[in-house]
Amino acid sequence: MDFELSPEVVAYRERVRRIVAAHNTPEAIRVQHETGTFNNPALNRALAAEGLIERAVPGLGAGDPIELWVLFNEIEKAGSPVDALGVAVMIAGVVQHVGNDRQKAELIPAVTSGEALICMGYSEPDVGSDLSALTTRAVRDGDEWVINGAKMWTTMAHEARWVILLARTDPDLPRHKGLTMFLIPMDTPGIRVDPVHTMATERTNATFYDDVRVGDDCVLGEVNGGWRVMSVALSFERGVMGGTNPGVPLLEHTAAWARRSGRLAEPAVREKLARVAIDNHVAALLTQRSAWIAASGGLPGLEGSMTKLFASESYQKASRWFQEMAGAEGLLQLEQPGAAADGWIEYDARHSPVTTIYGGTTEINKNNIAERHLGLPRARR
Amino acid sequence: MELAFSSDQRELLDAFEQFFSKESGPAVVRRAEPLGHDDSLWHRLDAMEVWGSGASTADLAVIAESAGRWIAPVPFVEHAVASPLIDEVGAGIATIALRPATADGAWRLVPAGAVADVVIGVDGADLVAVRSTPPGSGPLNHASAPLADRSARDGVRTVLGPAADMAALLARWKVLTAASLVGVASMALELALAYVQERQQFGVPIGSFQAVQHGLADLPGMIDGARLLAHKAAGAIDRGDDGRCNIALNEIDDPLALASMAFVFAADVAAHATDRSLHFHGGYGFAEEYDIQLYYRRARGWALILGEPTAELLTLADRFWPETVAAQGSGH
Ligand SMILES: Cc1cc2nc3c(=O)[nH]c(=O)nc-3n(C[C@H](O)[C@H](O)[C@H](O)COP(=O)(O)OP(=O)(O)OC[C@H]3O[C@@H](n4cnc5c(N)ncnc54)[C@H](O)[C@@H]3O)c2cc1C
Repeated sequence: MDFELSPEVVAYRERVRRIVAAHNTPEAIRVQHETGTFNNPALNRALAAEGLIERAVPGLGAGDPIELWVLFNEIEKAGSPVDALGVAVMIAGVVQHVGNDRQKAELIPAVTSGEALICMGYSEPDVGSDLSALTTRAVRDGDEWVINGAKMWTTMAHEARWVILLARTDPDLPRHKGLTMFLIPMDTPGIRVDPVHTMATERTNATFYDDVRVGDDCVLGEVNGGWRVMSVALSFERGVMGGTNPGVPLLEHTAAWARRSGRLAEPAVREKLARVAIDNHVAALLTQRSAWIAASGGLPGLEGSMTKLFASESYQKASRWFQEMAGAEGLLQLEQPGAAADGWIEYDARHSPVTTIYGGTTEINKNNIAERHLGLPRARR
Repeated sequence: MELAFSSDQRELLDAFEQFFSKESGPAVVRRAEPLGHDDSLWHRLDAMEVWGSGASTADLAVIAESAGRWIAPVPFVEHAVASPLIDEVGAGIATIALRPATADGAWRLVPAGAVADVVIGVDGADLVAVRSTPPGSGPLNHASAPLADRSARDGVRTVLGPAADMAALLARWKVLTAASLVGVASMALELALAYVQERQQFGVPIGSFQAVQHGLADLPGMIDGARLLAHKAAGAIDRGDDGRCNIALNEIDDPLALASMAFVFAADVAAHATDRSLHFHGGYGFAEEYDIQLYYRRARGWALILGEPTAELLTLADRFWPETVAAQGSGH
């Protein structure tokens, strides 16, 4: 095995690292926690200005395909949010793969310039893990489509320029086959966005589609081919694009606190810190492997599931260990005097639960691995 | 970048999988208990000349994984670590004493100590090799491993260098043991998969119950992670990287730290995988007759012979956060 990055990729990483360090300021973090919008527009633009986003878009950029992982791993390790830009870059990659000329011409430059965000409208109020049961309808009317339905958890919908919306176009086909992916501007009449607030400060949204009329050129990929488009998107996402190393900033914050408070001298503290450092490194290696498979032209679906499962479960374990270790001061929030690790321990304890839920729950990933990797019979449920 | 075995390594793995599956099946493993050594298997393995000076730690780790999958009753790891140092002393089985000799010159619980002709270890300020007659037996133990106490003074004694040279040997031992524990874990998972598809309860294979599936489904990621980490450590040892441990950036190239991390993680994974696999065998998992108990005991015995994992983790913490060591005035 060879874990080395090529010199070009190392150079890319250094540039990303420098820009992230310059823009992940206390002020940017404060704004994120105040607004619940976990995005850093200045960082996105600065990365774009040096062409670093374009290089990372799957199938588009001049860069080594492994740079997709490097970009988001660097942002994440610095403790800067990854999801907003991550979803935009992922969808730019999907558009690059299956989009029409107009979609490519409009969306890709908007993303690679760091200006536009895109949101994902998959989940619905009554449909989560069993996504192919979704009920949002798109009905043909002449050369238009009329869309009606409701989506839940449409994160960044309040900032995004487009939504990729998975809707049922043929109720007579088997569930997975009658779905179509649409790429729709968020300012299209008939779309409504209501905020949904979460335990971890982050804002997400419920979105509603009321007789939304769009042309055929808003279909992304084939009509009734939406499931495949979503699989392409998932293969970029899971275990490649960030969300698998949140334990790194948590460990850094906690070690710094332990050092300042004198707790670092305690064996019980040092043992836990070392264990988390090991888990963080394993999560990084699993992510790097998924990214390597993707960069070599493969689809790391199962490896991505394994990575996501390990990374999210170990992050939750770490955040619980650290909060217990910090005791009462571990309950205090960001900017509160006396808060352990300036409140990051408390924040991670609030944030970590969602990581085993979104992007495919732990149980759904285990079902996948059991059936498709371990070859076990379809479970009795 | 290549995050899978190279084609050469795949061939190596295939060759040793063939060898061990044929020569070290469960019957051979059982026959070798409780000593845990099969001399004729050892001679056949030795004849394959895997110890040549050209063997990289990474290649040896590939073989160690296969030896672990078949829990081969031969001191592959110990000999692979110790033998390159004893050309001048002569042939036979070589091993290392994991802990320094006691004040009265005894190496306690040496792995392969019951059968090794030469033991390398620390005695006072020196790294020494001692050739003496192996006892041929040792205390009964959890893993049925050929452990024994050995003398650091009685026998033909050669000083190899300062005691500090032991660190590199220990690192190689940890990496190769980690690789063999990856093998133990992966075979434990395979045993579980075979069993849960064959065993029927409530009219269906127990492997169709989601609780059983979910108890197994987190293992492949952990096993793959343990293998990646072991091979990252092996590569760092082979290159002799400098000692960089940047925890803030999660960038670690230091061979000693990586070896230690790989060892602790693989030990954890092997303990976990054998535990789950045994559990999903139901009562039969507890029966002597079923193979999983052989794996369960080795997963623990092969790792804990180094001592408590906490000590290893505290040493790692000293490398990751060295300022505290300075503040305390000493390490662990
Ligand atoms: C903060 C946040 C942001 C999100 N952002 C987006 C977004 O931008 N776009 C989007 O489309 N979605 C988004 N999601 C939705 C997310 O993908 C879903 O929450 C997730 O897929 C789970 O669906 P659910 O919440 O409906 O849970 P359910 O599917 O109802 O699951 C509830 C519980 O049942 C378990 N369960 C369900 N089915 C099975 C089964 N077959 N076997 C065993 N256990 C099972 C689950 O594992 C879970 O523990 C977001 C969610 C959150 C919380």
